Amino acid sequence: MPANNDSFLKTIIVAVALCLVCSILVSGTAVSLKETQKSNAVLDKKKNILMAANLLTEGADLKELFGKVEQKFVDLETGAFVEIENPEAFNQRQRAKDPNLSVAIEEDIAKIRRRSKIASVYLVRDGDKVEKIILPIHGSGLFSTLYGFVALESDKQTVVGLKFYEHGETPGLGGEVDNPMWLAKWPGKQLLDEKGNTVLTLVKTSASNNREVDALSGATWTTSGVENMLTYWLGEQGFGPFLSRLDVTKGEA
Amino acid sequence: MTTAVINAQEIKSVITKPIADNNPIALQILGLCSALAVTTKLETALVMCVALTLVCAFSNLLISTIRAQIPSSIRIIVQMTIIASLVIIVDQILKAYAFETAKQLSVFVGLIITNCIVMGRAEAYAMKNGPVMSFFDGVGNGFGYSVILIIVASVRELFGSGSLLGFTILDPAKDGGWYHTNGLLLLPPSAFFIIGFIIWGLRTWKPEQVEETN
Repeated sequence: MPANNDSFLKTIIVAVALCLVCSILVSGTAVSLKETQKSNAVLDKKKNILMAANLLTEGADLKELFGKVEQKFVDLETGAFVEIENPEAFNQRQRAKDPNLSVAIEEDIAKIRRRSKIASVYLVRDGDKVEKIILPIHGSGLFSTLYGFVALESDKQTVVGLKFYEHGETPGLGGEVDNPMWLAKWPGKQLLDEKGNTVLTLVKTSASNNREVDALSGATWTTSGVENMLTYWLGEQGFGPFLSRLDVTKGEA
Repeated sequence: MTTAVINAQEIKSVITKPIADNNPIALQILGLCSALAVTTKLETALVMCVALTLVCAFSNLLISTIRAQIPSSIRIIVQMTIIASLVIIVDQILKAYAFETAKQLSVFVGLIITNCIVMGRAEAYAMKNGPVMSFFDGVGNGFGYSVILIIVASVRELFGSGSLLGFTILDPAKDGGWYHTNGLLLLPPSAFFIIGFIIWGLRTWKPEQVEETN
């Protein structure tokens, strides 16, 4: 091997050249695959909405199933439905960062600091009658923000299902929020009482009634994160006004 | 100059040696982290094997190609840069074309960067040998890693969940079948036991792998 490889100039040249080539390769791949990845993420979100609503059946066409789900936009403060421009491009996460489109949270139990003024909700309807209400929720766990959906029955109290589609919790511990066996404990539980207060708790002993769900073992922070985000999003600062305003027989709010 | 004569015999040897004679997991005890983490299901293990084999082969190829130009003072960081770039590319491709699996593999594709097998082969083989041989050395070591992962994942999925590649083989009791699934096999420590048994078996078969004791 030639000795001048270790000269100062050569070292710099090799380092710069290598970094250039590698960065072009990496960014080239990232840019060219971005669209495919985006559509995957959109599809995955839809799939998770269907899973929360307990509508996903094995082998069925996702687009056809999702046709039954109607996306609506809600002004969280008043709880009324609103029309927005360009609903396809609606991005709640981006809106939460924009000071004009979001509000700072005072009692920040979900630890998310700001929330978008407008949120998207999903309804499953039979004619005019609302059968299932699917609400997006998010909040901090231990390491990451968990994003998911909770679906409620038309009584606005009972859980149809819960599903997270994005999080970075420890696999095997907090990551068990994805465990189908744990998620299967949720349907039928009473999440809210008649007044709209959250009554469901996650308990460390084994759940004994329909207002309790087993906590995840080894994941205290993730568990309380899930509990807090449910309390926040279904409370007065979240979807509370919407839920009390929603007329399930007509599907209006 | 190392104008290595590339003959079929030598290629065959660098590919097959790491499978039983010089297995990166069973003999060198490298790359255990991912071997524990991604082996609860055969499917994720297979994707991980393909990803690692590709990264190892191409990092060896690239590093060997430019080995005469790499200043020795920054050789490790050069190797890391090449490996990291390849891993990011693999990760991006997985996210685009195998989204579900990519989600399950989560951080572990990214952690190929720190997989000692890839780095070890780059430093020990690719820096001293020609590109073609280095490429096949990477493939061989990828195979060696894959063999162990596939065995471990098969045992864990079959006895832990009663299925293989998602198809039910032993009817689990929780779905009304007869087989009581072994929960321990779904937890990472079980991979240690299985790898331990594999090493035991391998060293009984090939006693020359046993370390000398004083």
